[in-house]
Amino acid sequence: MMSEHPMPLWEVFIRSRTGQSHRHVGSLHAADAALALQAARDVYTRRGEGNSIWVVPAASITASDPAERGMLFEPAESKIYRHPTFYTIPDDVGHM
Amino acid sequence: MASSSIVFAGPPLAQYALRRADDALLLGHRLSEWCGQAPMLEEELALANIALDLIGQARLLYAYAAEIEAAGHDEDQLAYLRDAQHYGNLLLVEQPNGDFAATMLRQLLYSAYAWPYWQAMERSADATLAAIAAKAAKECAYHHRHAALWVVRLGDGTAESHRRAQQALDDLWMFTGEMFTADALEAPLITAGIAADPALLRPLWQASLDETFAEATLIAPADGWMQQGGRAGRHGEHLGHLLSEMQYLQRAHPGVVW
Repeated sequence: MMSEHPMPLWEVFIRSRTGQSHRHVGSLHAADAALALQAARDVYTRRGEGNSIWVVPAASITASDPAERGMLFEPAESKIYRHPTFYTIPDDVGHM
Repeated sequence: MASSSIVFAGPPLAQYALRRADDALLLGHRLSEWCGQAPMLEEELALANIALDLIGQARLLYAYAAEIEAAGHDEDQLAYLRDAQHYGNLLLVEQPNGDFAATMLRQLLYSAYAWPYWQAMERSADATLAAIAAKAAKECAYHHRHAALWVVRLGDGTAESHRRAQQALDDLWMFTGEMFTADALEAPLITAGIAADPALLRPLWQASLDETFAEATLIAPADGWMQQGGRAGRHGEHLGHLLSEMQYLQRAHPGVVW
């Protein structure tokens, strides 16, 4: 019955603690947003993983093209000076 | 340890807890029968989650009943060594799963009752029941949400899903009447503020169902003949079959543990 009309795919994001950001944890199938939210609760928070859930229609996500990986990401690999590891942090600043 | 049947002989408070334990255990067992057969993986997990919530409630209530009875019984013995006529559950929860619509309608009819019931029980004069209620109320609130979402989508879905949902509602309605009755054993507990008064729950149950059915385009049947007797141990044929499967292991291998 269900397979006659494949259900939309939803991407699930969970926030594990207040103050942190939502992180992608996986995906699931559901007929609509309310059922997707409920399914996300049942599939992805059974062990107390989170206190907030987002579900997003997978079709709404615009993704980069894997074939363009070289053009998009390789130029950054040679620019290690962009990492802030070369700075000396004064002791007074403490942990960053 | 013997595998022969036991009879629970606790005082009214213990019997009261035992009946609610039976409700939760049998509905949880019914839902667990969906394992491996749910229409989709997501729903498989959801049904198992609800089943585990209910079995968890049952364990607390059985343990409390056994503690009051003080006859050396434990929660496993109360679940696995009592015969059908000594089960005091609502007839509704022993009804077979049927199709997915029947399971969801059964869940909605029960959860729409159990949620306000446990909320009321949070104010019980009995501290243990009040503590169990605080946990159960949150769980049953979610069970209600889950069932209501599905009933709306089944009722207001395709012609076929509507037909099945309405059929399930028509078939199950006669088992709802006994949820709101109290027998001679329970009446004094209500007076004492230990048990929630089921008559006060009925308007809450009705209002919440009306809301769901309106959205689901389902018609609640007129109140006609209502089946009674679950609390007194008068059950339909289905409970015997359920128990024979659920109790098989403890009956065949007394005292077996994981």
